[in-house]
Amino acid sequence: MPRKPLPRLVAAVALSTAALTALSACGAAPDKDPAADKAASAASAADFGGLDALVTAAEKEGTLNAIALPPDWANYGEVIKAFEAKYKVKVAVENPDASSSDEISAVKSRKGQKRAPDVLDLGISFARSGAAENLFAPYKVEAWDKIPESQKDKDGLYFNDYGGYVSIGCDAARIKNCPETFADLLKPEYKGKVALNGNPTKAGSAFGGVFAASLANKGSFGDIQPGIDFFGKLKKNGNFIPVESTPATIEKGETPISIDWDYLNAGYADQFKGKGVDWKVSVPSDGVYAQYYSQAINKDAPHPAAARLWMEFLYSAEGQNLWLKGYARPVLLPAMTADGTADKTFVSKLPEVSGTPTFPTSEELDKANADLAANWDKAVS
Amino acid sequence: MTALPPTTAAAGRRGTAGRPGAANGAPAAPGTRGTRGRKAPGWLGALPLLVFAAIGFGLPVGALLYGAVTRDDPATGATALTGEHLQRSLQGPYLGSLVGSVQLSALTALIGTVLGVLIAQAVVTARGGALRTAVLTASGVLANFGGIPLAFAFVATLGISGVVTRLGRLDSLGWNLYSFTGLAVIYLYFLVPLMVLVILPALDGLRPQWREAAQNAGATAWQFWRHVGLPVLAPSLLGGFVLLFGSAFAAHATAAALVGGSVPLVTLKIADALSGNVLVGQENVALALSLDMIVIAGLVMAVYLPLQRRSSRWLH
Repeated sequence: MPRKPLPRLVAAVALSTAALTALSACGAAPDKDPAADKAASAASAADFGGLDALVTAAEKEGTLNAIALPPDWANYGEVIKAFEAKYKVKVAVENPDASSSDEISAVKSRKGQKRAPDVLDLGISFARSGAAENLFAPYKVEAWDKIPESQKDKDGLYFNDYGGYVSIGCDAARIKNCPETFADLLKPEYKGKVALNGNPTKAGSAFGGVFAASLANKGSFGDIQPGIDFFGKLKKNGNFIPVESTPATIEKGETPISIDWDYLNAGYADQFKGKGVDWKVSVPSDGVYAQYYSQAINKDAPHPAAARLWMEFLYSAEGQNLWLKGYARPVLLPAMTADGTADKTFVSKLPEVSGTPTFPTSEELDKANADLAANWDKAVS
Repeated sequence: MTALPPTTAAAGRRGTAGRPGAANGAPAAPGTRGTRGRKAPGWLGALPLLVFAAIGFGLPVGALLYGAVTRDDPATGATALTGEHLQRSLQGPYLGSLVGSVQLSALTALIGTVLGVLIAQAVVTARGGALRTAVLTASGVLANFGGIPLAFAFVATLGISGVVTRLGRLDSLGWNLYSFTGLAVIYLYFLVPLMVLVILPALDGLRPQWREAAQNAGATAWQFWRHVGLPVLAPSLLGGFVLLFGSAFAAHATAAALVGGSVPLVTLKIADALSGNVLVGQENVALALSLDMIVIAGLVMAVYLPLQRRSSRWLH
């Protein structure tokens, strides 16, 4: 019965060492082969020898690692399904509700691993900082020339894809007269009713809401303070509620007026049909502010060809129309309207906007971010 | 590891007890504790805990400390030592969030301690075990009810269109769930049961004889509590307060679901800085804020520990 424990211990150590070695081998980068090297450095479909060769290379990889793509956001669910149906590439979406900074940290922390994200969908400030940190691979999709100059990095490190305008959503079943401008929101009848879809120091859409409110109150891209003051005023007269609006809070009647991207608000309108919520969307005429999200390819993407094929698909007429179907405004919309490839039924369903959008520069965005971080708490607490 | 000694011991003292390990091990331990032979296995027994502590606490704290005092240059990738993040974490809105968190935690911990003790004392003095069982079970459940489910439970009852708010017309009385007060009420919902769980054993430890002795000597109820009960309980009370403070101080999900940025709290600020879509490059400030939190928690613990040592000789 008294057995010497030593041999068992040795065996256990040996076994676990073997297991560890096997595990770390799994996590390590696949062995380099010339085809992968070529895909990783390809800056356009032509580098593969055309789109068909790109498709072949991508299907050989078979998988695309995506991150932070919520299926109910700008119709991403359908975009993914269409891509998978068209090509033999499986899209694995990790953590659909992740934020831009989660995406960037996933790129950094899993550098060289098979699990690293291939493609990124980023808020503009993260696209810019990621490009500055040299995290992205330059790539120009076939429709590159049609993307407006102000919407892309000149080297192709990132390029805007879809976006929309800050809008005011309102439950007409609960609110007698729906507000249509920022000035309206100050009316006493909206006491305890007005919400943002998040904390503007964290959520891009809420940040856009403050920027739009600033434009509505004699602010500018260089000066977001009037927007902060506006929400301070809303808070003081009791109209602003700090509840972060979600479909759940809207359905419950907790946030009957919600400032959010027009594509999300318009999507909610469909979602709430027949649920006692009559969701109306208007883009306030006094504070027109649009913002687009950007696409980028991880420089160390484990599936470089699939990543590039995904971009080609997103910027094809098919991909762009799918976003349009989700009420988002694809970046190629002006070009597609001109050449007639934009789906007119979807275009006609977009909330009305007058004028063309303009965008803040990097410096203006940075300044707005800093001012917001410094002054938001004071205004609303 | 100890497969050998019990069998030999059992062989040597066969027949003294049914369970050799329990009967022989217990009396043998005090006598042999100080000798060299037993010392090494005792230390080895603690090894898993030490390893766990090193990996579970040491590594994160090390990483946190490192990140809080260094900065990576985005262009060159070079790392340099800097006090900038700590400095920023103690300025402006970040400082405001630290102060807000301390205020909310101290207030809710204080109210929670008082209410928790009163409830626990009622349970201790009540006749029959049913109430005790019920309160203990409920406390066990409620003390662990937190996060987003709790926030939504409160939204449904006390939110703007909540059931109770509407029935009681609370909004016309100035009630607002999405405020400092609202948050304090929600925190108390799990802090009070936590206090009941923590303080009940201590209240049980107050011997009835002490009270009888005090009464025999002519002391009033107030005098008993003032000169005997509270001094003996003080360290346990303070311990409970510290626990409640820590619970409230570290709470995040409930507040995040409920008040967003409108009540400045340090945990919310850390989340904003770590994982957002707007602010870029704030990760190290978040780490510095976490370090500030550890320091504050450490200071609070430092008050508690010496007192706790004093009390243990009374209650055990």
